[in-house]
Amino acid sequence: MAEHYSSFEYKGTRWFLQRITAVFLIGVLAFHFMLLHFVNHAAEVTFLGTQARMQQVGYFGTMIAFLVTATFHGVNGVYNALINQGLTGTRKQVVKWVLVVASGVLIAQGVRTALYMAGIIA
Amino acid sequence: MSQSYDRGTIEDFGRWKEFSAGMWAWIFHKFSGWVLIGYLFTHIAVLSTATQSGTMYTQTIRGLESLAVVRVLEVGLLAVAVFHILNGVRLLFVDLGVGLEAQDKSFYASLVVSAAIVVASVPTFLAGAF
Ligand code: HEM
Ligand code: HEM
Repeated sequence: MAEHYSSFEYKGTRWFLQRITAVFLIGVLAFHFMLLHFVNHAAEVTFLGTQARMQQVGYFGTMIAFLVTATFHGVNGVYNALINQGLTGTRKQVVKWVLVVASGVLIAQGVRTALYMAGIIA
Repeated sequence: MSQSYDRGTIEDFGRWKEFSAGMWAWIFHKFSGWVLIGYLFTHIAVLSTATQSGTMYTQTIRGLESLAVVRVLEVGLLAVAVFHILNGVRLLFVDLGVGLEAQDKSFYASLVVSAAIVVASVPTFLAGAF
């Protein structure tokens, strides 16, 4: 049973980064769910509550790191799945750049939102 | 240790009745990963209302959370996320060479533990939803 069911090319760079980001995400994603469902109920979220959290430097930094790693991990995962479906050549390049741009937009918008949340820009 | 079995291609979904545990694990992991990245895009879009005004942000979240459908979907998201985390941890161990002989068992364990966490969280997630 020593087969590798991984969808990634075994031990390539993207394989490695997928795993490193996964390890980081285990902690932050669990923390995020605990905080916003059990400590603070999702239905009781307010801008002021969010702002109070986001004004703490450590929390702000954690959320930005969460945003970047989750985006990379998710998009890298999707890209890899498409490669496994036999994506090659020009189409592969096009898909790659579409995904890179989408990630860039997501991260930029996430950071902008975070700055508003923290009250750094208003 | 390293014998391999030819189980045919997993993309050939018409054969789903013949799939082994490992193939299901692979499919669920994919599905859950895609749901999570889809959610992340939606999530940032919703949170972006904060760039308009604080009131708009609060009202949007309150509005969404007051809908029973959204609450139920959140339980679904939790299920998907918990499974992806637990199965992901399992995959990381497999990659490290730990537990290679118990992959089926650890997959079933991740399903059972995910289900238990989800069931235990339902009261909190649905509080006041109906
Ligand atoms: C239903 C469950 C969830 C709820 C209720 C929720 C709620 C929130 C809230 C209220 C914030 C604003 C920060 C704060 O108030 O502390 C936030 C930020 C964030 N959430 Fe979630 N979240 C959920 C699930 C997720 C999941 C599954 C992911 C990852 C795929 C995620 C990724 C993020 C990221 C990256 C930010 C930072 C946004 C930014 O920097 O602009 N969340 N979430
Ligand atoms: C919280 C801890 C997480 C862990 C431990 C984890 C673990 C993993 C691992 C090990 C893989 C690679 C599987 C393979 O090689 O075939 C993977 C794939 C993937 N993950 Fe995660 N992940 C986590 C969170 C997330 C989040 C937050 C997202 C979305 C933003 C996500 C989206 C994906 C996607 C789209 C794939 C590719 C699935 C495919 O093959 O089609 N994961 N994950």
